[in-house]
Amino acid sequence: MDHLPALVNEAKAAIAAAEDAQALDQVRVRFLGKKGEITALLKGLGQLSPEERPAAGERINEAKQALQQELEHRKQVIERSAMQARLEAERIDVTLPGRGEANGGLHPVTKTLERIESLFQHIGFEVAVGPEIEDDFHNFEALNIPAHHPARGMADTFYFDATRLLRTHTSPVQVRTMQSQEPPIRIVCPGRVYRSDSDLTHTPMFHQVEGLLVDEGVSFADLKGTIADFLQAFFERDDLEVRFRPSYFPFTEPSAEVDIQCVMCQGAGCRVCSHSGWLEVMGCGMVHPAVFRHSGVDAERYTGFAFGMGAERLAMLRYGVNDLRLFFDNDLRFLSQFN
Amino acid sequence: MKFSEAWLREWVSPALDTQALADAITMAGLEVDAVEPVGAIFQGVIVAEVVAKSQHPDADKLNVCQVDDGSGEPVQVVCGAPNVDIGQKVPFARVGAVLPENFKIKKAKLRGVESRGMICSASELGLEEGRSEGIYVLPQDAPVGEDFRTWLQLDDHTIEVDLTPNRGDCLSLRGMAREVGCVTGTQVVEPSIAPVEARHDAQFPVAVSDEERCPRYLGRIIRDVDVTASTPLWMQERLRRSGIRSIDPAVDVTNYVMLELGQPMHAFDLDALKGGIEVRRANADERLTLLDGQEVVLNEDTLVIADQDRALAIAGVMGGEATGVTGETRNLFLEAAYFSPIAVAGKARDFGLHTDASHRFERGVDPEITRPAMERATELLIAIVGGSPGPITEVMQPAHLPRRPDVELRRERLSACLGVRLSDEEIQRIFQSLGMASTAADRSWHVQIPSWRFDVSIEEDLIEEVARIHGYNRLPVRRPQARLGLTTDDEASLPLRHLRRHMVSRGYQEAVTYSFVSPDLQALITPDAVSPALANPISSDMSVMRHSLFPGLIKALMHNLNRQQHRVRLFEAGLVFQGELDELVQTPMFGGLICGSRDVEGWSAHRDSVDFYDLKGDLESLVALGGKADEWTFVAATHPALHPGRSAQLCRDGKVVGWLGALHPGIRAQLDIKPEVYVFEVEQAALTQGAIPQFKPLSRYPEVRRDLAFVVKEEVEIAPLVDAIRSRAGDWLTQWQLFDVYQGKGVDDGDKSVALGLTWQHPSRTLNDEEINQLIADVVEVAQVRFGAKLRS
Repeated sequence: MDHLPALVNEAKAAIAAAEDAQALDQVRVRFLGKKGEITALLKGLGQLSPEERPAAGERINEAKQALQQELEHRKQVIERSAMQARLEAERIDVTLPGRGEANGGLHPVTKTLERIESLFQHIGFEVAVGPEIEDDFHNFEALNIPAHHPARGMADTFYFDATRLLRTHTSPVQVRTMQSQEPPIRIVCPGRVYRSDSDLTHTPMFHQVEGLLVDEGVSFADLKGTIADFLQAFFERDDLEVRFRPSYFPFTEPSAEVDIQCVMCQGAGCRVCSHSGWLEVMGCGMVHPAVFRHSGVDAERYTGFAFGMGAERLAMLRYGVNDLRLFFDNDLRFLSQFN
Repeated sequence: MKFSEAWLREWVSPALDTQALADAITMAGLEVDAVEPVGAIFQGVIVAEVVAKSQHPDADKLNVCQVDDGSGEPVQVVCGAPNVDIGQKVPFARVGAVLPENFKIKKAKLRGVESRGMICSASELGLEEGRSEGIYVLPQDAPVGEDFRTWLQLDDHTIEVDLTPNRGDCLSLRGMAREVGCVTGTQVVEPSIAPVEARHDAQFPVAVSDEERCPRYLGRIIRDVDVTASTPLWMQERLRRSGIRSIDPAVDVTNYVMLELGQPMHAFDLDALKGGIEVRRANADERLTLLDGQEVVLNEDTLVIADQDRALAIAGVMGGEATGVTGETRNLFLEAAYFSPIAVAGKARDFGLHTDASHRFERGVDPEITRPAMERATELLIAIVGGSPGPITEVMQPAHLPRRPDVELRRERLSACLGVRLSDEEIQRIFQSLGMASTAADRSWHVQIPSWRFDVSIEEDLIEEVARIHGYNRLPVRRPQARLGLTTDDEASLPLRHLRRHMVSRGYQEAVTYSFVSPDLQALITPDAVSPALANPISSDMSVMRHSLFPGLIKALMHNLNRQQHRVRLFEAGLVFQGELDELVQTPMFGGLICGSRDVEGWSAHRDSVDFYDLKGDLESLVALGGKADEWTFVAATHPALHPGRSAQLCRDGKVVGWLGALHPGIRAQLDIKPEVYVFEVEQAALTQGAIPQFKPLSRYPEVRRDLAFVVKEEVEIAPLVDAIRSRAGDWLTQWQLFDVYQGKGVDDGDKSVALGLTWQHPSRTLNDEEINQLIADVVEVAQVRFGAKLRS
């Protein structure tokens, strides 16, 4: 019994010296196993007098419990360091690029069209589409542009024969909608349009979004509010200046061109705005009664406004693209800039 | 419309500088395109007279001149221009003058002779337009010693206005002045035009057979003119500043009056006319050689000015060569007429022409200006070419002159449309400034429309006029009000934007290609395609409508391959145009193309090129978006654009809705495309039509999986085999996997091994071995009977 403290010390030293789970277990067996040295002391208690026995038993049990704690503690240390060693061995280079497909991207015109659609959808407009090969009636006549009207010279039209053509604007969709639907009507019509024009600033195909709102009591003030809201929302500029200039479209009366303060130079004057500080971005007006008449809408009861804009022009201003023709080259080096 | 600011200011001169004036014009709806100084910047140039000239002693091509610049002392100048001569009035740059581009005039010696100044050419002063070579010879009445800039009023600007087609009334100084006066509140001073007294009685007979198209025709003889006289410089300058070249006095004066009053006119050589004037429709196939030398074949819809023998001019468009004024002309016949817009509209274009006259007539010329214009032209002309005018011959049919009925403007309508109630005073003031007489009634105004406003005929036109003059930007701004009603949303349909984003997440870049393609490319790719061709294409390679998305995608691929982009994945959404015009179908399509390596190049990527199954996998995932993948099948079929052994139809519910496959190697060879290319296109309608998910209860009982490997002949198609197995595997089959297709060691040549995993689960109980074994026996039997499949041991 007298060597118990020495034995405990010896056991503690052996526990501390154990480097791995196996060595630690050998230590446990040596001291606390069935034939272990501490176990042997417990077995030897019977040789003591009944008076000595309880005190001695208590001391041995304390020693045993202390060693068990040491063992448990050491086991955790060993496991932790083993885990650490394993984790260290499993280290990888997290700076290597990941595996798999790279993202593609939407065409900038699609991004722009979707953005415009979505802004108007938020205030209750629906998206309407229509054919691109149109007839003279829907593209011109119904829009108050009879044959030989000088306004036909405003749009250089691609023809197939005397009456069929590629639509020069998406306005025919407005006519078709008014023919088939009762007011209130709130639509935006995005899509491809075609004009026989090709140079630095014109492509024979481009995209427009036109909008139409027909209801009772719609006024020019509503038009101004909607257009100003839209342009400020599109360019995310609450203070964007918007001005309305009288203009002429056969299908609206009154008609207006809309200018915004140049978004490139903030109105100071630059190459993009021809040093005027203003950019012409869209046309609009109150729906002409003749258009209502052709489309079967009661022009006394209802009024409405319409507007139209070029998607490429807005995309160029929004994303800083300086060459219109890039939109239709489909060069991956261009397209991927919008991913 | 291009005009001189100084000329405009003779009519109306608001207290605004040039830029502010241009802005006011723009904001009135007459968009100013350009404001440019009429001449370059220079100073120190004086009107001078050449008083002596002698040959330079040492240079054949130089003259030594003495010039009187009004200073009293003649100035010696060496001049190289061949046209310099004694007695000429010339622009003279004194020593110290600064010419355009900061060219300073200094004392100089030319080949040993002193020269103090420079006699200038028009181009040296930035006035080159329409002037000849050599020094600029000024008219004899040019005042010696006066500053050249001041004398020629060169501190002036050209203002160019891009007029909308409704504002034909502004195609003159008179019209522009009216507008400027109106929007700036400035008084307009019209030049006074007095009738010119006839000095003889001779008239040339005029008959109008188409009074509807020509309700007013005025003619006048002017005898004994000298058309070799030159047009005064002030008139030449005004024409120049309006973009019109000076030709001869007769043409210049008619142009001048057109610019000033808006009335196009024509001068005939009277002696070339026979019998009398007749305004009539042309006969079929009647021929006429125009002033520009072009011979045109007229038709019965063309209104012409004719004499007793032949057509002389296309009314309102262009005169004829044979009866035009020449240097020999002694007697003139002047014409001023009102041709209705319908008489002229489109006619010039029919003959490939666009003239200042047709531009005005088709937009509408004031029918009340015909006579004043005739008087004005006569007055100006005889002041230049002399001669004696006769009386005016006028043929008029008032019934056919345009009528401008009064227009009623309801107060309620005006304020409802503009969203604001304007005061009566303001509205009256606006009408008055527009030259519209108005009377106010209780609920409306009655407004008389002036003869020049062809564009105002209904209430809305008046509303625009009120808004325009009041100022669009002073009108209120409001947000529209609407009832908040939900619209239906078809949950089963898949928006196109989802399809697009799906392709994007699979690495595709969206393309937008032209809807018209080259007929050669289309014929190569889809030889049987019938699609409409443009009558007036912009170029031959953009002349037929695309029958398929393939040509555009392939062209875009080639663009990229040519720019070292080897891995290309593109998709496009758009219409294709199928059939002749009368049976045309315009179908929204969704197509794509892949080419190059399967993986993005990278440290762990394989270098394999894409194959059919890459594209098919992308398509399977695309069609599965709708939730009805089961309805889709891929059926081997041939397509002229595709490799016959690597192409398939896409069918939905058995209906062909698209194609996919390898681009035909023959086409690739023709287009010099080296790598393999896989393409697809599917009707958008089939892709966007999805389904609303339907829940099935989850089974609490265990599932059983069995793997089966069959050996079949290699030509056996997998899809029908799997379909047959599935249909025999009973209602409890919940999943199946095709986990291996193998040819090689262990499988005989000409055979392939196909391994399937089948999973069963019963909704309400555990399946027992006998049941499973029976199902497997059924499956093996159908595979064997229908496909000759043997179970692999």
